[in-house]
Amino acid sequence: MSILVNENTRILVQGITGSFGARHAQLSLDYGTKLVAGVTPGKGGQVFEHNGHKVPIFDTVEEAARQTGATVSCIFVPPAFAGDAILEGVGAGLDLAVCITEGIPVMDMMRVRAAMEGSRTRLIGPNCPGLVTPGTGKDSHGGCRIGIAPGYIHKRGSIGVVSRSGTLTYEAVWQLTSRGLGQSTCVGIGGDPINGTNHLDVIKMFNEDPETEGIIMIGEIGGTNEEQAAEWVKAHCRKPMAGFIAGATAPPGRRMGHAGAIVSGGKGTAAAKQAAMEEAGIEIAATPSDMADALIRAMKR
Amino acid sequence: MNIHEYQAKELFQKYHVPTPSGSVAATPAEARAAAEALAGKTIVVKAQIHAGGRGKGVFKNGFKGGVHLASSPEQAADFANSMLGQILVTHQTGEAGKLVSKVLIAEGVDIKKEYYLAILMDRETMAPVIIASTEGGVDIEHVAEHTPEKIIHLGVHPLAGLQPYQIRTLASQLGFKGDQAKQFGVLLANVYKLFLGADCSQVEINPLVETPDGRILALDAKFNFDDNALYRHPEIVAMRDTSEEDPREVAASEYNLNYIGLDGDIACLVNGAGLAMATMDIIQHFGGNPANFLDVGGGASKEQVIAAFKIILGDANVKGILVNIFGGIMDCNIIAEGIVAAAREVGLTLPLVVRLEGNNVAAGLATLNASGLQITSATTMAEGAQKIVAEVKAAA
Repeated sequence: MSILVNENTRILVQGITGSFGARHAQLSLDYGTKLVAGVTPGKGGQVFEHNGHKVPIFDTVEEAARQTGATVSCIFVPPAFAGDAILEGVGAGLDLAVCITEGIPVMDMMRVRAAMEGSRTRLIGPNCPGLVTPGTGKDSHGGCRIGIAPGYIHKRGSIGVVSRSGTLTYEAVWQLTSRGLGQSTCVGIGGDPINGTNHLDVIKMFNEDPETEGIIMIGEIGGTNEEQAAEWVKAHCRKPMAGFIAGATAPPGRRMGHAGAIVSGGKGTAAAKQAAMEEAGIEIAATPSDMADALIRAMKR
Repeated sequence: MNIHEYQAKELFQKYHVPTPSGSVAATPAEARAAAEALAGKTIVVKAQIHAGGRGKGVFKNGFKGGVHLASSPEQAADFANSMLGQILVTHQTGEAGKLVSKVLIAEGVDIKKEYYLAILMDRETMAPVIIASTEGGVDIEHVAEHTPEKIIHLGVHPLAGLQPYQIRTLASQLGFKGDQAKQFGVLLANVYKLFLGADCSQVEINPLVETPDGRILALDAKFNFDDNALYRHPEIVAMRDTSEEDPREVAASEYNLNYIGLDGDIACLVNGAGLAMATMDIIQHFGGNPANFLDVGGGASKEQVIAAFKIILGDANVKGILVNIFGGIMDCNIIAEGIVAAAREVGLTLPLVVRLEGNNVAAGLATLNASGLQITSATTMAEGAQKIVAEVKAAA
């Protein structure tokens, strides 16, 4: 088992003909992911070819899903059009929309989230690396790679990873893999202030997933997402957890790269998040080099 | 991005938010004309810089005070003449001070009562929230801490928008009656339009005032804009005043690098925002002081690394550099070649520690080691941070 997606999940890519979307569609195909359709308005009927794969392109998500059985979308659409692209996936009744796009205006995401209310679709991101459920082949080949993460750093196993940062996720995954610890699913929830899925949503899924035996949660300054997750973990989580919070040295009031990474009005500090996590029994990684070892400590307790 | 007081006033005027009359002047003649337009009202001349403490500031030419009451248009022109083109030093500008190139000529108003009014985007509810208080003109954080019952929170539905009953309720809670309640209603509705229309992340009016003659006016305001939405607001982008910003950050923005200057001595260059923050943290964890946040994005091309080195080296405090790249998809050897070329091109003499990990990392480390340059390689973040802290301490 895994969460959200597995090796049989059929995915489509919105924005497959853009250079960024195309590059990562190729890498997902190489990884063995069942990438079954592309969507680019106006290019329906064309075919996306790569290494012998022939992926049909459709004008709309609705048509792509109906014709190919895709249930999950990966979105590589420029910021001005990304809100519309997400809602197109919602309108088509997909299970999951994963939005990689960075730089979507916050007002757009506010309206998208409100418009999604009551729909069956879950959104991950935006401004995220996507998610990976590793496969059982060499370098985790044969898994489900949605987004931009490097596939080969993963290994099939039983650790769940959830993070607001892309490269910190890779860092954690690589530490785990280097120590022989595989992953059930790795989820990048993204660095924007308004997103579709938060730490707690993912931790609840890991808690219910029989394959997941330990969880790494990577947070950063800004908002109170990590504190809320920690509060739930304290009362309900049955699995060992480790955590890291980035941004302890960030000056207040400054946005640290990610739109959501800002300490404002004394809220969202690294210290407050670490304290909440410690209170919940989550083993704190003292440095980003210590994430996998912190989880190993938590699992030995 | 911050804007000047006169620009905030222009935004209010555009959205019909009542505010004291006034306009901006770049010459004494313009100041005189602007003061004449106020037709008998009290005239205030205010130096336009982003820093606070203007009233008690001193100009480098000896002229005292960046805010003055003028008794005539002639005197307003005289004050403008003393301020324009001069450097104003306040407790917030540092010794270097800030060049005053514009003054605001505004109507001075008497105040009967001060209020607080703000609209901000709330992450928790994913919707705008209005915050108001009868305790205006003071630090709102202080009010929130000591008398939280005096802070009113009002959530707005993201799709339905601000409803008339919400405005009436808030006016009533603030104690506005009759004509003042009507005026407040128009003001709040228009501030909300401005909040949405300009893609603000926060509009804070402190104080909102009632004058003795019964007017409700936005006296002073602070704006924060959503950087992600600036592409659709050229009029807001045009308000940017780069002379008010850290020159290192201005240079970085020209190269599309995400840079924030700090006051330490170990510079870092990292791919990814989360990893960049974590790199600053780990430098401090091992006893060093980070000089900056710098995210070069997913790729780290040679051109980007050269630009980044130049910006880092423009900071005289920097005594060493830590490059931390997780080359997930990019070949680490290509990144290493870029770093070596960049170090050669800028003639780097400071200690440089490069931590590379990921795709084809062995070849990348070999390239660094074979370069003949003083580059120390590392394979983990902890090793990289410890090495650069030690090298900078040894060189001191």
